Amino acid sequence: MHPPAELLRFTRGEHWVHRTTALLMGICLATAAILYVGALATAVGNRAIIEWIHVIAGLSLPAPTLIGLLSKAFRGDVRRLNRFSASDWKWLRSSTRRGGTLPIGKFNAGQKLNANFQLGAILVMMLTGSVMRFANHWPIEWRTGATFVHDWIAYAILAVVLGHVYMANRDPEAMRGMRTGYVPLTWAEREHGEWAAREVPNTMPDGETPAPARSHGPR
Amino acid sequence: MTDLIDESTDAQPDEGGRPIGRRIVLGMVGLGVLGVVFGKHLQDAENAVLRPVEEHDPTGLSSLVPAGDSFRFYSITGSEPHRTPDDYRLTVDGMVDRPITLTLADLASMPQTALVKDFQCVTGWRVPGVHWAGVALPDLLDHVGVQKGAAAVQFTSFDGEYTESLSLDQARRRDVLVATQMLGGPVSRAHGGPVRLYVAPMYGYKSAKWLSGIKVTSAVIPGFWEDNGYDIDAWVGKSNGRSDAPTS
Repeated sequence: MHPPAELLRFTRGEHWVHRTTALLMGICLATAAILYVGALATAVGNRAIIEWIHVIAGLSLPAPTLIGLLSKAFRGDVRRLNRFSASDWKWLRSSTRRGGTLPIGKFNAGQKLNANFQLGAILVMMLTGSVMRFANHWPIEWRTGATFVHDWIAYAILAVVLGHVYMANRDPEAMRGMRTGYVPLTWAEREHGEWAAREVPNTMPDGETPAPARSHGPR
Repeated sequence: MTDLIDESTDAQPDEGGRPIGRRIVLGMVGLGVLGVVFGKHLQDAENAVLRPVEEHDPTGLSSLVPAGDSFRFYSITGSEPHRTPDDYRLTVDGMVDRPITLTLADLASMPQTALVKDFQCVTGWRVPGVHWAGVALPDLLDHVGVQKGAAAVQFTSFDGEYTESLSLDQARRRDVLVATQMLGGPVSRAHGGPVRLYVAPMYGYKSAKWLSGIKVTSAVIPGFWEDNGYDIDAWVGKSNGRSDAPTS
């Protein structure tokens, strides 16, 4: 039997968590631009409605992740994204990190930083946004401080999201992994060698094919 | 990410290493809380640096930097209301001896008052030292003659929705303007032009934009935001639970 041509990287549940989070984040960024950039604000108007959409989308942002925790596969990825191994630190410092020489797990250190930054940023934005939205309950200085933090983290989120989309567009196989759930085994061996080796313990011909892999070609 | 589940179950080789993700998340939340409590001081320092830049920035790009001291646009209706200088009219009526409809040229022919005062929004931002010019409201009220028994003034906007009001005593202050000039030029459409109200000692929601009507009444009629819970007497620093420095 041949080794599988593809590996299952993301389940449908994980795909849904990513899609929904991306959609809500996109709504937050678009409405933020309308509320914040004078020219857009005057062109669109309807400030109360835009603000309402922004607040609802922002408060909903952690929901996909929380619902995702019902999925065993998602919980496993949460665990992987939390842990930084010795090779992750080497990966961050290496100039030839994509050569496949470092034993990288299912996620590389950049993906881990991205995921953790976004979770932290979502929590900070919910915290500061709530102080701004429900301002009467706090000292007025807090509102100014919350606005200050909210504004600057918004720029940081925009930069990281643009970087995330840029990196995805540079790597069509990685993007296909998020879209369809499956990645080519050759890509997995190159980018996430340790993960590929564990998913397919024996890639020699006649090796046993593990359950999560499937053996038909790219769709 | 945060460790929400038992790490011992289903351990995999690439789950070794320290929980750096959790530290990143908790560290960001901690810094966020510190930023909320102490951010005002950082904001003040940033504004001190940025204000001279913004004042000399023809591109307007510096206004995208998140500083507190710049105007933010608010409109309660769908889009930006529009009147050209030619088709603009201001109606002054109610309990007055001589109701009148004024053009922009009529307003320009009346005695002009100029002020340099801060604009303070009830949501926290403040634009210091804005140049304002126009007709002082007491001059306009004297022009039409306020009748006995009048106690308040109501303002309406040609956006069709916005209303505001002042007591007659407040409306007779010299620092309340029917403004035709702002920031060194005609009041722009976004700032409420061609004519807006400017009530210097009060929060910005009193300074009705796109002003089209002034009606003298027997009692204060709460305005749009006052129906939504804002204070009717909107003195800066002494209303809406705020303690900002006075603007006048």
